[in-house]
Amino acid sequence: MNEILRYVLMIVIVLFTLTTTAAWLIWLERRMLALWQDRYGPNRAGPFGLLIVAADTIKLFFKEDWIPPFADKFIFVIAPTIVAAAVLMSFVIVPFAPGILISDLNVGLLFFLAMASLGVYSIVLGGWASNNKYSLLGALRGASQMISYEVFMGLSLMGVVMLSGSFRLTDIVLAQKEYWFVFTQPVGFVLFLIAGIAETHRLPFDIPEAESELVAGFHSEYSGMKFGMFFIGEYLGITLVSAMVVTVFFGGWLGPSFLPPLVWFILKTFVFILLFILLRASLPRPRYDQLMEYGWKIILPIALLNLLVTGAIALLIY
Amino acid sequence: MDIAFYITAAVTLISTGMVITRHNPVHALLYLVISLLSLAMIFFLLGAAFAALLEIIIYAGAIMVLFIFVIMLLNLGEETAAQEKKWLKTRIWIGPAIMAGVLLFELCYLISSSDAVLYDQPNVGPRPVALALFREYLIGVELAAMLLMAAMVGAAHIGRHKKMVLHRFLKEKEIQ
Repeated sequence: MNEILRYVLMIVIVLFTLTTTAAWLIWLERRMLALWQDRYGPNRAGPFGLLIVAADTIKLFFKEDWIPPFADKFIFVIAPTIVAAAVLMSFVIVPFAPGILISDLNVGLLFFLAMASLGVYSIVLGGWASNNKYSLLGALRGASQMISYEVFMGLSLMGVVMLSGSFRLTDIVLAQKEYWFVFTQPVGFVLFLIAGIAETHRLPFDIPEAESELVAGFHSEYSGMKFGMFFIGEYLGITLVSAMVVTVFFGGWLGPSFLPPLVWFILKTFVFILLFILLRASLPRPRYDQLMEYGWKIILPIALLNLLVTGAIALLIY
Repeated sequence: MDIAFYITAAVTLISTGMVITRHNPVHALLYLVISLLSLAMIFFLLGAAFAALLEIIIYAGAIMVLFIFVIMLLNLGEETAAQEKKWLKTRIWIGPAIMAGVLLFELCYLISSSDAVLYDQPNVGPRPVALALFREYLIGVELAAMLLMAAMVGAAHIGRHKKMVLHRFLKEKEIQ
């Protein structure tokens, strides 16, 4: 009974922390973007504009929750929940600190990839159910982009799996006691970061929504909290990819002992969240065909080569 | 564990039935995705976590997305659903249904006559799966790899086309 209670408590704490973090990321992103673009950003509601999140949420709740009459109602309603559910499910295997994790699956890394691949449905179904040409175009782009970059995401992680000899995330973290995997797998790290940006469809890879050409892409027809769900899903996705980068390549909770492990994990994760925001502030969006060509003609060969070299070295040394 | 298995099995059966009877192709595909997910769940209960996750990554996450991708491009609407409805007459599905029923009966009989416990197996990690694949079944893996390579080369060949220059003045410099 005690074990079950501990599980439930852990799940509730993680869920609450994540949704709150995702909500405050909206404020963080707008303030940081403003800082990097020489503006003030939201600074009126509350200290440093922190209450802008509350204002935004209230606004979203009171907006008319409109379902277009030409839409496929059931799928239209269900689509936004899929992305948030899939990303939240992925956090099941993220080890925040020793003892602070929900499940230590022996196929943890694969579980993350599986959940990431299910997130595509949100975009595809949302775009299709809206019955709108811009939405459909966004959905098509989203589907092909996410399917392609999923491949590289998996391939870029396999080098780490070879070196640590396990799919279990705790083992991967503990294998980095001497040196982080970012030093032994620099190519894998860069590829994973690129694939992660494409998977969360953030700028510069936000081609599925590309507001300058597709209105708002796959979520053109969404309003109110349904749109809010896509929004929160995106920020949860950023948090997830940052947490995964930290776990797999930057030693997870490991760090000098003057700070507790959990603090190290959170600090490292926030560095990557800020990197995501900086990328949005500084890079232009590529064209759709450029993105696909870049993926299949440049990233795929590099990922395979990285795998080959890592395999050969692992075979020689161990 | 028993209850979890029966719930998952029921979800698999119901969703697979729905795949066949839905008129709207996208709804049918969504039920197929659910069916694949619950199948993965059954693999998980049987102790094959690795196979379960591969099922989700490959079938539910990639192949079904491509199916939906194609269906989306076909722009099927109300008319297709109506046509599908017309095709699903009793006269057409009764024959296959009887034969499938016979097979089902046979399967039920075979399962009930053997007393093997199917679930409550120990959890098989990725390492034994990898060892089995690359030692005992190495030839199978390599043959599959060759087949996939052939498919990929074929797809690349079909997808290749000459560069078309549609510009009025640049026509002379057309690259063949």
